[in-house]
Amino acid sequence: MIDAVGLRKVYRLKDREVVAMDGVDLTVSPGEVFGVVGQSGAGKSTLLRCVNLLERPTDGVVRVAGEELTALSGARLRAARRSIGMVHQHFALLSSRTVASNVAFPLEVAGVGRAERGRRVGELLELVGLSDKAKAHPAQLSGGQKQRVGIARALASRPKVLLSDEATSALDPETTASILELLRDLNRELGLTVLLITHEMDVIKRICDSAAIMERGVFRESGRVLDLLGTPGSLLARSLFPLPATDVPDAVAITYTRSYDEPLMSELTRRFDVDVNVLGGAVETVSGSSVGRLNVQVRGANREAALGYLAESGLLVEAAR
Amino acid sequence: MTFFDELAERLPEMGPVLLLGTLDTVYMVLWATLFTIVFGLPLGVLLVTTDRGGLTPAPAVRAVLGAVVNVGRSLPFIVLMVAVLSLTRLLTGTTLGPTAAIVPLSIGAVPFFARLVETSLREVDRGVIEAAHAIGAPKATIVGKVLLPEALPGLIAGLVMTVVALISYSAMAGAIGAGGLGDIAIREGYQRFNDYYLWATVICLVVVVQLVQSLGDLLVRRFSHR
Repeated sequence: MIDAVGLRKVYRLKDREVVAMDGVDLTVSPGEVFGVVGQSGAGKSTLLRCVNLLERPTDGVVRVAGEELTALSGARLRAARRSIGMVHQHFALLSSRTVASNVAFPLEVAGVGRAERGRRVGELLELVGLSDKAKAHPAQLSGGQKQRVGIARALASRPKVLLSDEATSALDPETTASILELLRDLNRELGLTVLLITHEMDVIKRICDSAAIMERGVFRESGRVLDLLGTPGSLLARSLFPLPATDVPDAVAITYTRSYDEPLMSELTRRFDVDVNVLGGAVETVSGSSVGRLNVQVRGANREAALGYLAESGLLVEAAR
Repeated sequence: MTFFDELAERLPEMGPVLLLGTLDTVYMVLWATLFTIVFGLPLGVLLVTTDRGGLTPAPAVRAVLGAVVNVGRSLPFIVLMVAVLSLTRLLTGTTLGPTAAIVPLSIGAVPFFARLVETSLREVDRGVIEAAHAIGAPKATIVGKVLLPEALPGLIAGLVMTVVALISYSAMAGAIGAGGLGDIAIREGYQRFNDYYLWATVICLVVVVQLVQSLGDLLVRRFSHR
């Protein structure tokens, strides 16, 4: 749905050049939620703005829904942007307009008639659960409600793609959860493709099918979340499931990305006569799968065979750090 | 008898003069306000949109406009009035009376108002403008439906300041033959040593300014949703 190849963005300042993005390839499949995570200054914002050409990449090609946006400009680019919704960190609502009128704004821009606008705004407000706030002004709403208005506005022109620029970063944890849930529901019910940027690992864990870790203008890692978690040395695994550093001898980090019916640990002690000691770790649901990452001390004469058995069973076994 | 009792006693005699003077002042100020909006609002918008990072960056245009505004702002009004006399004659056929005064009043207020418009527009959240771009809004729509409505309370407040400044300018214009309350205060009050006229015009001016300010505050509240 979104295809970006070789994206570079260089800002020319008076005395020097700043490379904000240095060769990013991004592929977002239809109907998936793709999260780009990274520190501030990593280039996430630039990437997102290059997807709908709010910023024109210095090099590279962007295709959204088969249309090559980087080849467009002027009225044709504006028309293409209407099939891409965008949600903003600080909501970016028009304070002079009511909630209903904010949601109607993209429809006005697209030249939709008054009656049709009214009908569509009603639907959208219902979708985000704010029908009773239609006549309120943004200043009268809570942060979460403002973001719901922002989402309704982004969906007004029935986009195929939704870009989310740190949509939950200005919200408290509880509201964040409800907004993420809303995005996930919209993704499932409307088949909406979502590309989001965030600095919160938790967002990746909760709603993303695929993810990329961005650092200094490049993707360090990118792919389906479960695949990445099962990849040796994965940065994402370390970031989503940070394990405490350990200097315990014979410790290993094991990662599994599905639930197991057989009791692996007791199997280990029984079959290989090793001692197993769980040092730390976490088990959580990611992309609908039970994922765990544990630091485990395994000691005994048959240690190597025991670890081999775990690897054979589909677990990822790495040296603990 | 106190001064103000005496003032009240002379009111029937001064009343018609004051009323005419007030009407002349209102006439000058209203027309000048209209021209100030017509020329000052677009000028203020251009100052913002032609700036670096604006909707239609044009550094050269912006530099010229900025210079023009600064020249207008740096002339004391009394000097400006005299300086534009020939233009005034060209446009109105005379350099005397309230109609003639509309020309220098407008020229004096346009740069003032343009700067206030510029300041108000700059306060509009950049995120909102970016959102409008993301929605696919053309530049004219962004100016008409985002920038101006979002800045409306500030624009009204700026207009009120401009009108009050115009009332004050109009009194100065009175000194060189524009008529109005300033003219009465100078001619009757100052030159003929008639304190009653002087104070009566002061009261009239205060009342007019107060009315303008109150109306403006009301409108700002009405349109402010922050």
